[in-house]
Amino acid sequence: MTDLTRLSAVETRQAIASGAASAVEVAQAHLDRIAAVDDRVHAFLHVDAEGALAQARRVDTGEVTGPLAGVPLALKDVICQEGIPTTVGSKILEGWRPPYDATLTTRLKGAGVVILGKTNMDEFAMGSSTEHSAYGPTHNPWDLTRIPGGSGGGSSAALASYQAPLAIGTDTGGSIRQPASVTGTVGVKPTYGGVSRYGLVAFSSSLDQAGPCARNVLDAALLHEVIAGYDPKDSTSIDAPVPPVVEAARSGDVKGLRIGVVKELQGDGYEPGVTARFNEAVEVLRGLGATVTEVSCPHFGYALPAYYLIAPSEASSNLARFDAVRYGLRVGDDGVRSLEEVMALTRAQGFGPEVKRRIILGTYALSSGYYDAYYGQAQKVRTLISGDFRKAWDSVDVLVAPTCPTVAFPLGAKLEDPLAMYKQDICSIPANLYGGPAASFPAGLSEGLPVGLQVMAPTLREDLLYLVGAALEQALPASVPTLDWE
Amino acid sequence: MPEITRDEVAHLAKLARLALDESELDRLAGQLDVILGAVAQIKEATDASDVRPTSHAVPLENVTRPDVVMPSLTPEQALSGAPAVEDGRFRVPQILSDES
Repeated sequence: MTDLTRLSAVETRQAIASGAASAVEVAQAHLDRIAAVDDRVHAFLHVDAEGALAQARRVDTGEVTGPLAGVPLALKDVICQEGIPTTVGSKILEGWRPPYDATLTTRLKGAGVVILGKTNMDEFAMGSSTEHSAYGPTHNPWDLTRIPGGSGGGSSAALASYQAPLAIGTDTGGSIRQPASVTGTVGVKPTYGGVSRYGLVAFSSSLDQAGPCARNVLDAALLHEVIAGYDPKDSTSIDAPVPPVVEAARSGDVKGLRIGVVKELQGDGYEPGVTARFNEAVEVLRGLGATVTEVSCPHFGYALPAYYLIAPSEASSNLARFDAVRYGLRVGDDGVRSLEEVMALTRAQGFGPEVKRRIILGTYALSSGYYDAYYGQAQKVRTLISGDFRKAWDSVDVLVAPTCPTVAFPLGAKLEDPLAMYKQDICSIPANLYGGPAASFPAGLSEGLPVGLQVMAPTLREDLLYLVGAALEQALPASVPTLDWE
Repeated sequence: MPEITRDEVAHLAKLARLALDESELDRLAGQLDVILGAVAQIKEATDASDVRPTSHAVPLENVTRPDVVMPSLTPEQALSGAPAVEDGRFRVPQILSDES
């Protein structure tokens, strides 16, 4: 019997549907894999063996069917799953078990997807390395001494180490795409409002967006189709049909597609190996019949400062709900201290350094006297960046850039320099501010480590992302990690 | 002149209900000064007063739902994650401290 953990989601479903393997066997193979390697990778914060096997049995009895029925998945710990610990990588929610399912979780369960457990992440999704998790970092399966990206490093590492063929990430400022880039996997940030945020623990509500992660393009598209679509429980959900992502992923025909290379997202600060792989991939697309031009997006240079004002501002407000009253940690309730003192002590002990930095930064940007110069100005820049995108759509169908200026860096390398860490997201943030879909696809290796190519598309044109991703996947040789640490 | 002083950070921490200790304040003040120095370039991005701010990627207005009774959490479920519960309610520490 072939190793069930090496199969794609599509192959896994075929194996189950043909009777070559049962869903329970598939789930057990992945649970065994987690038990064998996750002490070194640390992709999971919680493994729900009982729930996974119960769901697999429902698939085996025919109670649930569908294109992904019986396929295992790793769920980022920012998404609520009823009765299963959900920490968001924070001590402040340690031990909390949500009393309800996120809409995304409900959809996964309804599709027969087998949720293996909850994956590690930077606390409240604030970070680019998972080193800001209160539960210790995740290690990149390509090189265990390096970061797996962040905030969704647990999900990307689970995929790259064959602990799951599918995963869910969330992308507020690159947290799906940068981890995909540095682990050689596929990660898609849907259009803002494309996937319900109901039951997603909020970081920056105007930017947060959940999306699919996988080891190949078609698997990601199939997962996309399961989780996307209108949800009346999320007031920002878009009431429109899901773009034809699966069809696009099966096609990969980019003949005549107009591709724009973003002028501002290259040059100084980009590793030579990243630039080389990116340029080669663009040439491959040109060779497949796409037209390639350079497009200037003059305001993209201001995306990083705009993001680091808007996201912390929203976070400082959103995270006010962690008040030691309704859920999670309470510290210092000795019958003497006041509610306010208990609240301040709880938050000081429950939040880690990066979360505190961003709460203070956001509180500052929103305070009177600074509001116009910082938050107000950042919102204007958001308008200008969206304008750059709209102008680009006059001449091209998609924009491309490297996903990240570097390959995976060593654990610890940027931990004491927050600004250097923030710059990991310099290429991914414009799409978040604009709201359109964007994805990272593998584009080969530099010094033995994965490089990602990012594709950005107009609002609700996710199909174009998958079209380009599939074309690259068909044309480029596949790169897989050696996993020589096993 | 620094973008932000240690005293300002201490004040902001108080507003944000974060009981930071002295060493945390020292470290944060330095880091925030560097971060604010970098994000301050936002001021150069535009001086156009006619640029409308974008608060949200999707232009939606007044999204409402039909006013019908739907199943929701039971009181037990809603209270299930609370650090302290009494008589079917969230129990909180005293609202006013002695000196207040």
